[in-house]
Amino acid sequence: MARTYLDFERPIAELDIQIEDALAEGKDVTDLQAKAAAELGSLYAKIGPWEKTHVARHPARPHYSGYIEALVSDYTPLAGDRKFGDDHALLGGLGKIRGRSVVVMGHEKGTDTETRLKHNFGMANPEGYRKAVRLMDIAERFNLPVVSFVDTAGAFPGRGAEERGQAEAIARSIDRGLSLRVPFVSVITGEGGSGGAVAIATADKVMMLEHSIYSVISPEGCASILWRTRDRAKDAAKAMKITAQDLKGLGVIDEIIAEPVGGAHRTPDMAMKTVGAAIVKNLEELSKKTPEELIKSRREKFLRIGRSLLTK
Amino acid sequence: MNWLQKLTPPGVKSIFTKKDSPDNLWVKCPKSGEMVFAADLPGLLHVTPAGHHMRIGPDLRLQYTFDDGKYETVAVPEVAKDPLKFKDDQKYTDRLKKARAKTGDDDAMSIGVGHIRGIKTVALVQNFAFMGGSLGMAAGEGFIKAAQHAVENGLPLVVFTAAGGARMQEGALSLMQMPRTTIAVQELREAGLPYIVVLCDPTTGGVTASYAMLGDIQLAEPGALICFAGPRVIEETIREKLPEGFQRAEYLEEHGMIDRVVPRTDLRRVLGDLLAVLTQQTADHAAEPVPV
Repeated sequence: MARTYLDFERPIAELDIQIEDALAEGKDVTDLQAKAAAELGSLYAKIGPWEKTHVARHPARPHYSGYIEALVSDYTPLAGDRKFGDDHALLGGLGKIRGRSVVVMGHEKGTDTETRLKHNFGMANPEGYRKAVRLMDIAERFNLPVVSFVDTAGAFPGRGAEERGQAEAIARSIDRGLSLRVPFVSVITGEGGSGGAVAIATADKVMMLEHSIYSVISPEGCASILWRTRDRAKDAAKAMKITAQDLKGLGVIDEIIAEPVGGAHRTPDMAMKTVGAAIVKNLEELSKKTPEELIKSRREKFLRIGRSLLTK
Repeated sequence: MNWLQKLTPPGVKSIFTKKDSPDNLWVKCPKSGEMVFAADLPGLLHVTPAGHHMRIGPDLRLQYTFDDGKYETVAVPEVAKDPLKFKDDQKYTDRLKKARAKTGDDDAMSIGVGHIRGIKTVALVQNFAFMGGSLGMAAGEGFIKAAQHAVENGLPLVVFTAAGGARMQEGALSLMQMPRTTIAVQELREAGLPYIVVLCDPTTGGVTASYAMLGDIQLAEPGALICFAGPRVIEETIREKLPEGFQRAEYLEEHGMIDRVVPRTDLRRVLGDLLAVLTQQTADHAAEPVPV
């Protein structure tokens, strides 16, 4: 299978080629494979925020539809905001995760040119966020927990989006998530881009995949404003503290989900399985809480963010 | 910097560093190009004869809003200082120092409590002059404090928004102010208290996409830019020129996104009427602001 290598993965690419060549010549590749595995492990153990940005955006990284296929049974997609249209960047529906009925939703970026265009590269219009509100209403009506998969560069900055109230749609979605009387877990699987991400991530448990990112603005956007050139995106990525590890330390997220060695894009099935286990574990814990306890602890958690840093 | 400012020790909040009104004797109206005598501006509530609503800071805003220009301030809680140790060309702490020296305020949010046509109200003003009014931890805490003060005292909350969006130097901690401020809005709602938003120029980004669009009543000042993504970003995305007046207050009103565009000169009357109805009190329409 043809594989996309990121710039920093060059040593791995070279070893993979050596392995392929050796295999073609019928040689023993055990040593080479061990060397490649070790190299992969040590490479990924030390990648920084900018490398993680690329890993988080890797085209082969599992997306919403992949997670649905791997983790959700009895899935019925639900469409439309009942006001204007159906958004293809933010999808959702009903299903079961390990036998537990849930409402699921998430950003879908698409995997090739055709699907990327169809899903608007995972950048939702107001209809997406209004659909999310509708899905959360359904969850509450039937006492079902909500699971969201966050993976977006941000809400779509388009003319129609603005005309139809992008800001208001995001605000209402944040508002709805925070008032949910049912358990709510979010997984940032790739890119957690700004308001478009937080709109569906005001959860009781916010988890991030090990190499995902979550930020107030893209590193490129930050660089073009503060350094006046997108070329400084690497510096911006570092300065903004966008990695799961940094954000766990700052108290912005609750949990980090480990990825397989070499990133979720290298072994998607294994990565999705781990994500599924983390979701189930958290849903089980949260299901013990009453609606009032859920709302109270969710609010206290968000209000604590930042305040906990004051005493340090 | 004048000699008085130089004599004032740094960090000390001083009346000498207040710069709500420009130093210049004459101000050019961006709408008509007409020169307006600066000393006339307070009498005009900083609205030029051509109708351009100038951006104003918290002191003027609170004076123009409350009866007799009188109010008490409520302190904004302290927040962690530069938790990311952020640095671009400049250190974030240096940018903060400059903004503090320029405005005389600690951060972008100021809270005042006074009467609007006889009805006791909490007002929160977001100052665009302070790092673009950006929504960092301090601004978030300012919003939460204002809402909680309103809840504790059973008062309505009026918020004047103005911001370029998030404060990048605080990264995701800035982003988290969107849910945090929304929780404060929910607490007002549960207490049955009115929350009125007055969208001022400009209100953009994460501010618009959280508390600025969650008011029970949404008002806007004429000509204010109100958006999620700014016009330049959109033009770059869609590669076409946007129509005249796109994302301005009047445009939002026409598209059903806000209740009313209200000129600053009429704002006290409208707020008084709204508060009287919503809080079931009687407005004192004889109460007039004293020209500053």
